[in-house]
Amino acid sequence: MFSKILIANRGEIACRVARTARRMGIRTVAVYSDADAGARHVQACDEAVRIGPAPARESYLVLERIVEAARATGAEAIHPGYGFLSENAGFAEACAAAKLVFIGPPPSAIRAMGSKSAAKSIMGKAGVPLVPGYHGDNQDSTFLAAEAGRVGFPVLIKASAGGGGKGMRIVRAADGFAEALASAQREARSSFGDDRVLIERYLTRPRHIEIQVFADTHGNCVYLFERDCSLQRRHQKVIEEAPAPGMEPERRRAMGEAAVKAARAVAYVGAGTVEMIADEDGTFYFMEMNTRLQVEHPVTEMITGQDLVEWQLRVATGAPLPLGQADLTISGHAFEARIYAEDPARDFLPATGRLHHLRLPADGPHVRVDSGVGPGDVIGIHYDPMIAKLIVWDRDRASALGRLAGALEGTEVVGVATNVAFLAAVARHPAFATAEIDTGFIERHRSDLVPEAQPTDDTALALAALAVMIRRAEEAEAGARRSLDPHSPWHRSDGWRLNDDNQHAICFLDGAMEQRILVHYRPFGYVVDLPSGRRMTVSGTRSAAGEIAADLDGRRLTARIIRLDEAERGESLTVLWNGRAHRLGLHDPMRQAATADARAAGRLTAPMPGKVVQVLVKPGETVARGRALMVLEAMKMEHTITAPADGTVKSVRYASGDLVEEGTELLVIEGVDAS
Amino acid sequence: MSALTSTLDPRADDFKRNRDAMAAQVEDLRRVVQQVKLGGGEEARAKHLARGKLLPRERVRALLDVGSPFLELSQLAAWGMYGGDIAAAGIITGIGRIAGRECMVVCNDATVKGGTYFPMTVKKHVRAQEIARQNNLPCIYLVDSGGANLPNQDEVFPDRDHFGRIFYNQATMSAAGIPQVAVVMGSCTAGGAYVPAMSDESIIVKNQGTIFLGGPPLVKAATGEVVTAEELGGADVHARVSGVTDHLANDDAHALAIARRIVANFNRTKHPGLEFTEPRPPTYDPQEIYGVVPADTRKPYDIREIIARVADASAFDEFKLLYGATLVTGFARIWGYPVGIIGNNGILFSESALKGAHFVELCCQRGVPLIFLQNITGFMVGKKYEAGGIARDGAKMVTAVSCANVPKFTVIVGGSFGAGNYGMCGRAFGPRMLWMWPNARISVMGGEQAAAVLAQVRRDNLEAKGGAWSAADEEKFKAPIRAQYETQGHPYYASARLWDDGVIDPAETRMVLGLALSAALNAPIEPTRFGVFRM
Repeated sequence: MFSKILIANRGEIACRVARTARRMGIRTVAVYSDADAGARHVQACDEAVRIGPAPARESYLVLERIVEAARATGAEAIHPGYGFLSENAGFAEACAAAKLVFIGPPPSAIRAMGSKSAAKSIMGKAGVPLVPGYHGDNQDSTFLAAEAGRVGFPVLIKASAGGGGKGMRIVRAADGFAEALASAQREARSSFGDDRVLIERYLTRPRHIEIQVFADTHGNCVYLFERDCSLQRRHQKVIEEAPAPGMEPERRRAMGEAAVKAARAVAYVGAGTVEMIADEDGTFYFMEMNTRLQVEHPVTEMITGQDLVEWQLRVATGAPLPLGQADLTISGHAFEARIYAEDPARDFLPATGRLHHLRLPADGPHVRVDSGVGPGDVIGIHYDPMIAKLIVWDRDRASALGRLAGALEGTEVVGVATNVAFLAAVARHPAFATAEIDTGFIERHRSDLVPEAQPTDDTALALAALAVMIRRAEEAEAGARRSLDPHSPWHRSDGWRLNDDNQHAICFLDGAMEQRILVHYRPFGYVVDLPSGRRMTVSGTRSAAGEIAADLDGRRLTARIIRLDEAERGESLTVLWNGRAHRLGLHDPMRQAATADARAAGRLTAPMPGKVVQVLVKPGETVARGRALMVLEAMKMEHTITAPADGTVKSVRYASGDLVEEGTELLVIEGVDAS
Repeated sequence: MSALTSTLDPRADDFKRNRDAMAAQVEDLRRVVQQVKLGGGEEARAKHLARGKLLPRERVRALLDVGSPFLELSQLAAWGMYGGDIAAAGIITGIGRIAGRECMVVCNDATVKGGTYFPMTVKKHVRAQEIARQNNLPCIYLVDSGGANLPNQDEVFPDRDHFGRIFYNQATMSAAGIPQVAVVMGSCTAGGAYVPAMSDESIIVKNQGTIFLGGPPLVKAATGEVVTAEELGGADVHARVSGVTDHLANDDAHALAIARRIVANFNRTKHPGLEFTEPRPPTYDPQEIYGVVPADTRKPYDIREIIARVADASAFDEFKLLYGATLVTGFARIWGYPVGIIGNNGILFSESALKGAHFVELCCQRGVPLIFLQNITGFMVGKKYEAGGIARDGAKMVTAVSCANVPKFTVIVGGSFGAGNYGMCGRAFGPRMLWMWPNARISVMGGEQAAAVLAQVRRDNLEAKGGAWSAADEEKFKAPIRAQYETQGHPYYASARLWDDGVIDPAETRMVLGLALSAALNAPIEPTRFGVFRM
């Protein structure tokens, strides 16, 4: 076995690999960019080497630096994790050249599976079923249109070099083909530097089922059953589970054997995943093979009781597979939910910010949390905005699903928008419980899962109001302690008035909606008048741990309310209660005035963090309302900044290629109409 | 300290009768205050709101620290005067906390006759400034006023304590280091223009605030020039061109936030020169005061029963317990602050007056604030007492009270009649604040006594001319006198004319005194030099 390995990755996967290595007595070396100097994965390893500035292409993607780091620290092998250089054959070769073991398949297998069209032709020859389509080199648009016609609409256009849903387009009829093709090619070029595409039949209710395979250097190859990753949004996996619901043993064996056949066809070694697309009638086709450990590998580990990283390490040292096919069995059911910093209400735009508050469920026999961040860490613009993977296991699917929903509802993240509530809604959705799943599930149930900006409910508003009053009382007490007149009744915060009752109006900004709550002071606490017209009697205290024990009309409950004061977004409260997070902005006249002034002055700010990809106007130019001014890109999604009114461009603050944070002023338009 | 022991039984019928009578009076007071709070009525409020302005009480609320107390002054100013609809005299004044420090807030109510100054408005404004000066409290003026009420100009403009005094006070307070801040949230016309102009720092609200010496109608009449109010003295003019204001606010809420920021930057500290202890609530429930005070105002009661429900832990160290027993004197604590309490337990005799003078001297010597609990029908009369020099001894007490430089506070808890008012630190004797209970009465003498005195004089006149006066005729003569005294001696009548700083719920006395004491500690306690005591 190795005595020291280098982990050429960051985030949760680096932490996860380090965990197994440590258990096996292997020392670990982390690599980090400037943005990750204080990151968890650096702390999780025995030593760490800086490999460059924040952008991945200058750090985590620079294979020379990583190989050098391994050599300098005396690591014998490199674990690439997923993403970054994990499927880069050149990196595997560079490792070999430097006498380092690359913990992954041989470069030839990576190459063979790297091009989707090449992979498919190999698979076709090996007798693995393929979706009808065109995977050739002729990229002429007229020719491709004709091929699409032959395959039969609807068709899917995919980047040959792609993955992760980038450069993919569904075309339902011939007349939309040309436009979709151009757009797919553009995205493919920007994402992969390669605009070649392939065309395939698009299955209308397809399920995405993938088979975990493992091969060693002694010619053994097994499958560790399937994972169902049908729950996708824009081709990004959201919740994965194993085993696949409704999978018959026959079909499982057929698919498993096909996957093993696929692996053998490229002389595969190590962990790999054969992605299949399964139709309603039970037929399945080869999609692609991922020559790395998958993000969702934990669900397989949970149902098989195996540690796939340990398998990888053993195989990499030349040991045979720990188990044969006959030794592998499925026990129970597992789910994995990917918690991302993204805003479902804004079409899942990636979000950035500091994790001011982060509470993940505790690890236990049923729950596993793989995370690479902790409270106070920043989700930045440079890397994948994943916060954690929540994995649950139980004897059967229904029990496991209950655990998943419970674990999600116990997850608290404040500081960045997340998909936690969305995931919980999926987990609680009746159609998910009955496993009516396919890749169209989320689009079909979107209105249930991403409700239209719902106003915050009465309970959460009452809790927020109570938190404001408790905080005010705490501030008053602190003020009294500092004062030279500490016992003065002027320090009181019970709203005393002469011959009169008193009240205080609190104005929360709930999304775009103003929620005005009238709080009446009472000797026992407060009576609140809520926007719904409901009146509630509330009182409560805050514990040292920061939880508020509240009494709302006699109903006792505990909630956590996190207050943030951020430079860009102002002061806010996030009410964490009942598995949901409600963010409420606090009305601040000074800030509001500043914003109003900025708007009046025509200042345009970035709606999300990202990269400026195009500047469409020059200072001095006259623009009409609605005119596109600048294009931002975040996580390969484009967002256009348009002119809010007719005017003249006064200044442009950023150029193409610049990175901007949310709320950054991008350009200034001087209005023709000053009002 | 020694704790007082109450001899009252809260289950007794008397107690319950008293309690119900006081509760009815307090309820009436709250009802009246509710009415006053509505300002100029529904229509005027709707119009005010439609302009995008906050109502005056909301302005005050937004200016103050959230949940902090507001000690409002003269809530009943102008009550029943000028036809009866000039709520709170069209101006809200009071002590409140801004950015952790006590300030005097003066806020015009434009819903009441455009916020114009009636005679009582001027008196209330000037009184607020007087309290600010005595207690070293920064002044924040929320201006929204059409200036002097023209039909009443003879009672608001020319005299010493009329309109001009407001600006004199601003200048001289500023000179004394007491910050003056104005927020122009509406009109600021003619003399009113000087409020922001005379302030240390001022704010104006866009599209709302205007400041000019002469408004558009006056300008047109004077020079023929036609201008809009906004062109003449709008926010842009004053914030960008004239420099009359220092800060431009987008709306009321913004303006008040700026005002809070200004106060936060005052760099003032409060150094209370008192030795204080942890406050302890009275052992006896202050609410029981309702049952202590007899429903029949002519019936005496032991002032110690009140002290037991106001003082910390009901503790009271009496001074000269055995001497001059109709005046109760002693040391106590209220909200942890040491105080000397002087209360009445009957008519004042020479001994009680001497005891009072001595106790005031003690408090001044030690820098202990004084609290007068006034329930006094006057000094003893009659040959024996005049010969004994009661006027001389009364004068000693009045001299001591007048000259005492420690903070003095007076609460009229019953009658305030005749020279008793003087000795017990009535309005003329400069208490920092003076409050009345709803059951209190104030006049030169009791209505019954006045009627009797006047009837006696008349009877003497008639009988000297050989006439006769029937008992029925005498009663007919006395009734309107009694009625006049009852009306004019009522606390609402008194408060309307600013003879006091407000009518308070007796159960809140401890809170009001605590706030007042703490506010007073913003000014250092000065040493006292007494005048000549007639020996």
